Amino acid sequence: MALLEVIDLQQQFKDSYSLKSVNLNIEKGDVFALIGPTGAGKTTILRLIDLLDQPVSGRILFDGIDVTKSKSERLKARRRMAYVQQRPTVFSMNVYDNVSVGLKWRHVKRQSIKETVEQALHLVGLADHRKRDAKTLSGGETQRVAIARALVTKPELLLLDEPTANLDPISTEQTEEILENIIEARQTTMIMSTHDRSQGQRLANRMGVLIDGDILQVGTPAEIFRSPIRKRVADFVGVGNMLDGVIEARVDESLVTIQVNGNVLQAISDFDEGEKVWVLVRTEDVTFSLHKTSTSARNTFEGPIKRMTPVGTLVRIEIDCGFPLVGVVTAKTVAEMGLETGSHLFASFKATAVHVIHRRN
Amino acid sequence: MENSFWDAFVEALRLIRTLDPEVMEITWRSLQLAASSSTIAFFLIALPLGTLIHFNRFPGKRLVISTIQTLFAMPAVAVGLITYTLLSRSGPFGDLEWYLTPAAIVFGQTLLITPVMLGLVISALNAIDKAIPETATALGASRFQTYIICIREAKFGILTALVMGFGRAVSEVGVSMMVGGNIREFTRTLTTAIALETSKGERELALALGIILILLAFVINFALLSLQYRKLPWHYWK
Repeated sequence: MALLEVIDLQQQFKDSYSLKSVNLNIEKGDVFALIGPTGAGKTTILRLIDLLDQPVSGRILFDGIDVTKSKSERLKARRRMAYVQQRPTVFSMNVYDNVSVGLKWRHVKRQSIKETVEQALHLVGLADHRKRDAKTLSGGETQRVAIARALVTKPELLLLDEPTANLDPISTEQTEEILENIIEARQTTMIMSTHDRSQGQRLANRMGVLIDGDILQVGTPAEIFRSPIRKRVADFVGVGNMLDGVIEARVDESLVTIQVNGNVLQAISDFDEGEKVWVLVRTEDVTFSLHKTSTSARNTFEGPIKRMTPVGTLVRIEIDCGFPLVGVVTAKTVAEMGLETGSHLFASFKATAVHVIHRRN
Repeated sequence: MENSFWDAFVEALRLIRTLDPEVMEITWRSLQLAASSSTIAFFLIALPLGTLIHFNRFPGKRLVISTIQTLFAMPAVAVGLITYTLLSRSGPFGDLEWYLTPAAIVFGQTLLITPVMLGLVISALNAIDKAIPETATALGASRFQTYIICIREAKFGILTALVMGFGRAVSEVGVSMMVGGNIREFTRTLTTAIALETSKGERELALALGIILILLAFVINFALLSLQYRKLPWHYWK
């Protein structure tokens, strides 16, 4: 039985649906990342799961118990979960009291509170701040207090809303490290929302893509990033190349040829001849060379460099080979190959690196 | 005249310095009565009722709050009149026989200061971060536990309500005079004694009591001021 089952959940604000019909199954031990752009409804889902709001319709089963309707079950269920808000608020007391307050509310014995809280403060690296007024902490520290006070209650389900959205890069790294430790050491079931696509990939074993109040795809990070089933998912996860194509012919059982802007490329697909498709190629699957080389890649195109954009230590290269094709290389490679705008390049990628989705999706 | 004022002032200071029994007795009674009425008004009415009003949605809530705010300005004499009507021998609560007793003063003062306290409690709770109650709920607090943590967060504003109410009770004269009757060694308070002694021409005693009342007002205002700066009054002594 799933730890959490969300069935046809709908939420409405004023006249518009903020959640259309959400279905989710979270198993014990899952680390589930809810990814989607800002305003997609991620917070709305988490608030409903934590029973802070009432849905317009639909049901939430926590450990098999319907907690949507029954008032008496709500507090009981809520005490088995913990919710870390996007902008956590701390109470006007010191760090220790802030972390222990949830246990006091659960009438836990003093000695055991002390042990649990000290342990949590060490885990989040705030042991030296236990006496400090929590209101004077930085954003990152406040976030860690919020994580610590959620953890001490030993939640069966930990809900994290954009745990690093308001943090600087260093605090983000620290917070992610803490979360990794928790995932490893405690096997806590987690649902975290994030608009940071790679964060979900780093921390979660399953992901759901939420766009405009709809969960469009659920799967492992690899499935979501390599094989988005819809254009909107692909747009959000960012594949780099999304080309307009039509299936030209079937080569064998799995291989097809696709017409893209007068060029023909090969891909693995089971769509039929004449079907209109989106052709997706991830930038990291495109390799560049100065000369035509014999490779196992079935797709090779050539053209001049149209644009070069530095991205961190990498450079994003767009060539014009009858259609725009984007790939990435290291800055070092750019220097070694003497690349500049206008340089003629060969680009190749394997047929298996091409992901094809139907255009009606 | 000038000389006799100076003499009266010197005599007043002597009365305070020597802890004159009558001065002390009146002061002590005033404090006791104001403390009783503000304790009752605060703990039994303003704090619980204010919390319930703030945290619950019900039809007419706005009207209730604006009525409370209007009652802030209720003149003490008017409250004295209402109290008199309720407690006098022929009034609906006449059989309690509180009229012309300290109980009547406490009753009247409680009526007088409850709206101020109630209003200040509600606005103190209103001023806390909206995320506080929700954070508490998310951390597993019951409804009652959520109320308590919110009151804790609003403690400065809420203590302001208590001090303000006490200040109003100790300095009012209308209620004490009308329903207490200014009976010596029974219902005589600082304010009613000042009024009486002044009219009798006993300026030494009136001045002595007046000085004490002014000092009390200073202490109360100091407390209010320090609460406004989010410090507890005793912080300054550290």
